[in-house]
Amino acid sequence: MKNLLSGAVPTIQLTLLGAALAFLLSFLGGFGRLSRFTAVRGVSGFIVEFFRGTSLLVQLFWLFYVLPFMGIRLESGMVGLLALGFNYGAYGSEVVRSAILSVPQGQHEAGISLNMTSLQRMRYIILPQAFRTMIPSFGNLLIELLKGTALVSLVTIPEMTFEALAMRTNDAQYTLEIFGWLLVIYFAISYPLTMLMRWTERRFSLGRL
Amino acid sequence: MVWDWKYALDILPGLLEVAPVTILATLGAFAVALILGLGLAFARRSTNRLLSGVTHAVVEFIRSTPPFVQLFFLFFVMPQFGVTMSALMTGILGLGIHYSTFLSEVYRAGIDSVEKGQWEAATALNFTPRQKWMRIILPQAIRPIIPVMGNYLITLFKETPMLLGITVVEMLSQAQIIGSQSFRYTEPVTLVGIFFLVLSYGASLLVKRLEIRLNVHR
Repeated sequence: MKNLLSGAVPTIQLTLLGAALAFLLSFLGGFGRLSRFTAVRGVSGFIVEFFRGTSLLVQLFWLFYVLPFMGIRLESGMVGLLALGFNYGAYGSEVVRSAILSVPQGQHEAGISLNMTSLQRMRYIILPQAFRTMIPSFGNLLIELLKGTALVSLVTIPEMTFEALAMRTNDAQYTLEIFGWLLVIYFAISYPLTMLMRWTERRFSLGRL
Repeated sequence: MVWDWKYALDILPGLLEVAPVTILATLGAFAVALILGLGLAFARRSTNRLLSGVTHAVVEFIRSTPPFVQLFFLFFVMPQFGVTMSALMTGILGLGIHYSTFLSEVYRAGIDSVEKGQWEAATALNFTPRQKWMRIILPQAIRPIIPVMGNYLITLFKETPMLLGITVVEMLSQAQIIGSQSFRYTEPVTLVGIFFLVLSYGASLLVKRLEIRLNVHR
């Protein structure tokens, strides 16, 4: 139990850092796909479909096994972070894109008629409204990302699942306890996150229909 | 960075040899998820507070914890209780159970979307509960959720590489084995990536077309 909890620290670190990277990339990708320029749209569309279409674990393995052949050596923690960030960033960019598209056209037109620049329109009119619709989806993705961190144990990152597997090889008779507790700890991390997201959602919907 | 076409072509048959395992795991787990998901959706709707409460708790718990860990749990713990099955079966069961919790929510949304008048009509026509569900509610509930189910099938497909954790030799695991023999990982791992990309992107286009055909947003 103690060893498992010490493994929880890297799990939480990976989740938060991965989420930060994914959040950043989702806006980059989301804006890219809505760009005025065909080339930007095409390139970001391709990148997003690429990361969504190839499985997370395949991406992890690719970064872990193939990059060294190209002369790029990354620390295993970095591999995990990059794969999680890019994979969930690609999913997140779809959230950003559809949320921005869901803002009624009239809001764009109102911004134009008030003589706002496109940047101002995005910043003061579109994003505040789109952000509210993004929250629940981002919340779900955050939980997915947390669940995804279990996979990085396969590229030798000593997070919770890795610790549990190592413990099992020593004390096979406690298998039930080890994996039972492991599931409980994951739940203990993800449930507060779900609660937090629900709270944020309510907070941002205050005074709105 | 060297990409050796000859080597890539040499290993391709070896990789494709295990493609049926990946496909079988995907379809098997999806079948489990479809059936169990419907059961969970019904249990959640039950008027028995205890049953619906327990189902809700179980669904929340399974949804919130990693399928990868659940697989290990099944794989290592079940034999301790005398239940032994092959790694592939465990994988199908594990992924199926995990995704059944998602599909139960999908069914729930579908059932809730059936208009109240339809329920009343079934009652008014003196249908038995069985007739009501089989002939009135479910056919209307399932039609709009087919594309959503398709998307879950694609997600599930992309989750199958994690079965290598419990010693199932599927595509990625085969790539790892081939790679370790010659210490060349570039080609096998890349080929597996392409395999997943082509199939899942193709399937997602199909789902989009299906959505239009079914005319979901009537």
